[in-house]
Amino acid sequence: MDDTQAGVLNTIEELVASMKHKPGALLPILHGIQDHFGYIPDPAIEIIASHLRYTAADVHGVISFYHYFRSERPGRYVIEICRAEACQAQGGREFERHVREKLNIGLDQTTPNQDISLKAVYCLGNCATGPSIRVGDQIKGRMSPAKFDRLVDELTTFKLELK
Amino acid sequence: MTLRVYVPHETTALSLGAEDVATLIRREAKRRGMDIELVRNGSRGLFWLEPLIEVDTAEGRYGFGPVELDDVASLFDSGFERGAVEHPLALGLTEDIPYLKQQQRVTFARIGITDPLSLDDYRALNGFKGLTRAVSRSSQQLVDEVKISGLRGRGGAAFPTGIKWQTVLDTPAEQKYIVCNADEGDSGTFADRMVMECDPYMLIEGMIISGLAVGATQGYIYLREEYPLAHKVLNEAIDRATAAGYLGANAAGSGRTFELEVRLGAGAYICGEETSLLESLEGKRGMVRAKPPLPAIVGLFGQPTVVNNVLTFAAIPAILAEGGAHYADYGFERSKGTLPFQLAGNLRQGGLVELAFGRSLRELIHEFGGGTHSGRPVRAVQVGGPLGAYLSPEQFDVLLDYESFGHIGAVLGHGGVVVFDESVNMAQQARFSMEFCVEESCGKCTPCRIGSVRGVEVIDRIIAGDDRAANIELLEDLCDTMIQGSLCAMGGMTPFPVKSALQYFPEDFNDSKGA
Repeated sequence: MDDTQAGVLNTIEELVASMKHKPGALLPILHGIQDHFGYIPDPAIEIIASHLRYTAADVHGVISFYHYFRSERPGRYVIEICRAEACQAQGGREFERHVREKLNIGLDQTTPNQDISLKAVYCLGNCATGPSIRVGDQIKGRMSPAKFDRLVDELTTFKLELK
Repeated sequence: MTLRVYVPHETTALSLGAEDVATLIRREAKRRGMDIELVRNGSRGLFWLEPLIEVDTAEGRYGFGPVELDDVASLFDSGFERGAVEHPLALGLTEDIPYLKQQQRVTFARIGITDPLSLDDYRALNGFKGLTRAVSRSSQQLVDEVKISGLRGRGGAAFPTGIKWQTVLDTPAEQKYIVCNADEGDSGTFADRMVMECDPYMLIEGMIISGLAVGATQGYIYLREEYPLAHKVLNEAIDRATAAGYLGANAAGSGRTFELEVRLGAGAYICGEETSLLESLEGKRGMVRAKPPLPAIVGLFGQPTVVNNVLTFAAIPAILAEGGAHYADYGFERSKGTLPFQLAGNLRQGGLVELAFGRSLRELIHEFGGGTHSGRPVRAVQVGGPLGAYLSPEQFDVLLDYESFGHIGAVLGHGGVVVFDESVNMAQQARFSMEFCVEESCGKCTPCRIGSVRGVEVIDRIIAGDDRAANIELLEDLCDTMIQGSLCAMGGMTPFPVKSALQYFPEDFNDSKGA
């Protein structure tokens, strides 16, 4: 990925141009940008606004309305923890406490080494086998503190192997 | 002879390790020189048995589950390819498992049996039969067939589908739309997800028929972002259905156009509300619209639009294939047909149970669910998602149909059933309902936006024992304001779980220790 400012702007321009003709293009565009960068870089707002003839405030308003869109670069892994009723019924509240303690961060925070960001999610549709979490595009069911600790170990070890 | 082995490719099965099990089965077969064909089917919805693998034999498909990695070698050792073998995980013929056998699967007839993306599998089990019949009939005939079926919207509001379609058909416009609400945000529900992951052509077929019925040429599936597998499967299914001529300029040989596109939501529960969903599809904040005008008259981009839930569209192919009257034979009084119930939370046997309306909640929880997973007594059940009332065990004889639930101040909604054991603290559950509304309110109307914030505060004061009687009265009053004054079900129904918790579990609010 071209990380220079010009490279980022170019990529955003291309993404916006490729989707702006769709009816109701804003959400697909925001998804495209977040899929690419992991978040929506600030300069995207002006670019989208000028292509779609919106105000920057309109675009910002949409980004901030949806929980999924984020304006800051997340950690290497994003772990989403389900806080909804079906997971609560299976010990989700206690599990969430464990997760926060283990990572030593709260919801919407990232570990200081930028490894893991923690997010709340309200239902992953895995409601008969909770508590559930999501890591990337993988959903994991019947989570327990021990399974979570193993997962964190795996995620952080895997990163070392890549180097 | 090649042995056919089935390992589900569906979110719950995968969340419990089905991918690794599939890999290991392939490797183990190779090591033993066995010739196998590994089919990735959908899930049967017997989630406590997942990963549930099956082998094909002359007598039928034999199941084994729940299979963990450590079990794979022993399955091969036992000669599992013969099906009827001694093994601790042997389940016998899958179709004979009582949980499955006692269901009335109409919408879910194919689910778990087929490879979700195989058009041949789909056609072999009545797929596109409804569409083939639909193509030769007039729009009005199609709408009439749906009216005869008595089908009501499965998203939760239970509005008669035929009447909605008639309104769209009768509203003249250059462009009309079919929108599928696949923003299945209610906790405890996963039936839409299963349809999309395990039988996507059924949804596509239902939407094409809807397009033919009302004269719409463009369909959108508004899918929640939290369902990455469904997203992948739907996109692939749409590509294959287009290549096969079911979608496109001459959809299924009808001479009419029908195009379909998946659009992703972005983690906003409110976008499951139909007008908020339409705003989101238009690329805006998901703010609820005032009704009227109805979306059937002024919907997406201001045009007449059918907005139906996944399960509603999924019921359509069978209605056209077998006739509306056949579908209406199932069910009870004004609740016709079947509902795929979703057993979730603290249950021994969670999963998908499709039944005709009219059985009791008790049967569902005890006979199918098998009691709690923890083994402790059931204390409370929330039916119909986060906006549904909590029920206590003395209410479990209520019949599973829209009107019976309405009579006891509850909702059947999308058919999600979340079971809690006696460790639950109902004051905390009531607090969570308000907290969820704070988090997810679109902010357009005051009772919902401000009421939910005040609701959390008042419940906290009650829990803390601060002037309890006065604060309970205040909470009741606040709930009534939200019910009467909110623009949509978010604010208008959040009080249901709160009020029911207060009414049936008052002792939890009287614990001066708090939570």
